Amino acid sequence: MADPMKIRATLQGDVADVRVLMAHPMETGQRKQAGKVVPLHFIQTITATLNGKQVFAADISQAISRNPVFAFKVKGAKAGDKIAITWKDNTGDTRSDETTVRGDS
Amino acid sequence: MRHALMVGLAAALAAAPWLTASAQTEDEVNAEFEKFRAVLEQDNPAELWEVKGEQLWKTPRGPKKASLEKCDLGLGPGVVKGAYAQMPRYFADVDRVMDAEARIVHCMITLQGYQYADLAKAPFSSATRTPDPVSIVTYVAAQSEGMKFAPPQSHPKEREAYALGKEIFNFRGGPWDFACASCHGLEGKKRIRTQLLPNFADPATAIAAVQAWPGYRMTGGVMHSLQWRLTDCFRQQRLPKPDYTSETLSLLMTYLTVNASGQTYKGPGIKR
Repeated sequence: MADPMKIRATLQGDVADVRVLMAHPMETGQRKQAGKVVPLHFIQTITATLNGKQVFAADISQAISRNPVFAFKVKGAKAGDKIAITWKDNTGDTRSDETTVRGDS
Repeated sequence: MRHALMVGLAAALAAAPWLTASAQTEDEVNAEFEKFRAVLEQDNPAELWEVKGEQLWKTPRGPKKASLEKCDLGLGPGVVKGAYAQMPRYFADVDRVMDAEARIVHCMITLQGYQYADLAKAPFSSATRTPDPVSIVTYVAAQSEGMKFAPPQSHPKEREAYALGKEIFNFRGGPWDFACASCHGLEGKKRIRTQLLPNFADPATAIAAVQAWPGYRMTGGVMHSLQWRLTDCFRQQRLPKPDYTSETLSLLMTYLTVNASGQTYKGPGIKR
């Protein structure tokens, strides 16, 4: 099972600044270990929802680093809103986590 | 597209501090590296292991199906807040000084029923695997963020640990006749390539030995603890490898942490 993500969503005005850390090996299929190619293993799609409604989707490739960070802004968010992130990788493995938008501090 | 990429690359190279190093003083070069580090610290992947470590700490696991919430890190059973900054310390139940990771492993054995041999088989992280104690020590360390290092020196064994740690630090041996102090005890600034070698014997710079550990190493994307780092020091000195969580490592950590007493711990960090 995939390890949990770390999501931070902070409100700045009516825009939520969302930062997501994902735990994933992101193997490029180019690396060798003990003479053998480590098979491709990377996140293919990422989707984000605000209170269940999709606000962000991305198709990414193996060019993204191991344990990647994603940051994006969501307009019209309010404190207490639920931000949920889901990723799916090329092996079919998937992980979803969610957090609550925090007001400016 | 390719053209745009090349322009972007050229701009990045022009801004690369290491290419203009000859025109800059050492301090300026280091300031550039510090900026780079500050940017990365905003989203430090070490937080992923804090989250994982917290789960591991709170979940009933092992042959005894127990959580670590009764583990005494020196401030009472289950007290995690501030514990890391006040370790290594003396524990009467084992009659020795233990550092955080050694104590966590001790708790995993006594409370959860794990076997030392299993935990010590492959105790350090690789690209594909992070051992549980490493994640747990990252979680524990994060609960001391912003606190001052204050390892106790009240018990005779703790003072003895400092003295012995100092001996180990200055002990020259191996085929290259090296000591920790050969690189980290010199006056003035020494460095290996671009890496500054701080003087750990000097209280003013000793913090560099323990700050930002446990740390996420960008090279390889691996989470490492101080146990790993100090074990690697022995390898670099061509000395025999100390056993995982052995007293030797706790003694050396006592010396290094006491030297850094009073300085603020910034939590799990990020390393080159």
